[in-house]
Amino acid sequence: MTDVRTAVSVSTVVDAPIERAFAVFTEDIASWWPQEHHMLQGQESHMVLEPEVGGRIYETGADGSDCQWSHILVWEPPHRVVFTWEISPQWSLETDSAKASEVEVRFAAEDDRRTRVDVEHRNLDRHGEGWEGLRDAIASPGGWPLELHAFEQRLGAEKVA
Amino acid sequence: MLDALGDPTRRAIFEQLAERPSAVVDLADRLPVSRPAVSQHLKMLREAGLVRDVQVGTRRVYSLDPDGLAGLRDYLERFWRTALHSFKTRVERENREKEQGEADD
Repeated sequence: MTDVRTAVSVSTVVDAPIERAFAVFTEDIASWWPQEHHMLQGQESHMVLEPEVGGRIYETGADGSDCQWSHILVWEPPHRVVFTWEISPQWSLETDSAKASEVEVRFAAEDDRRTRVDVEHRNLDRHGEGWEGLRDAIASPGGWPLELHAFEQRLGAEKVA
Repeated sequence: MLDALGDPTRRAIFEQLAERPSAVVDLADRLPVSRPAVSQHLKMLREAGLVRDVQVGTRRVYSLDPDGLAGLRDYLERFWRTALHSFKTRVERENREKEQGEADD
């Protein structure tokens, strides 16, 4: 049983059959993963998911560098995939595997054209003193989603006006 | 509760507190928000476990709560919402194109 205090759950329903939803989520992860949340910053990078238990999720950069931030724990297409989250709250690579959390994604057909997708990101307490790190991340450029920066700019404009 | 940072004003207050602990009056001076509104937002942030307050002389000073996982949860919840929204847009576009292609065959 997941401890809800150390997990977050987010769901959506997409207009696509379950097989297509699973395929795009996994094999085509590069097409939708938010660009501002890539590990390799300051260059074009491409995300790759190796579709098997033990497979890696990694980014490759234009300069030839790469960064593996996950491996697959459970691979049950098209219903379920579980992978590790070896990303620290500062959004940098977590090299201590004891501090990795994990993500489970479940796919369920609502009908033959619609699929429910449930994401559970759990064991967040393993990140340890993540809160301190998160505070630093928030204070850094790009630490928050862009909407906040837009809001700040609006605040600045209002103050001038 | 987890969406305590879903409101832009609360995020602005939260970020101010990440820079330095502050009293209500300081926050109201730095942001285009009234003191009562700041107090109300702080109440919600405190209930969500994101900030705490201590009495210093005559002032009540607010700071981020370093013990809570609430901040990390809130941050990741918003990350996954953004990511799933992006995924939904992508998979539905690809699905429409595939269906169109199948209809044309």
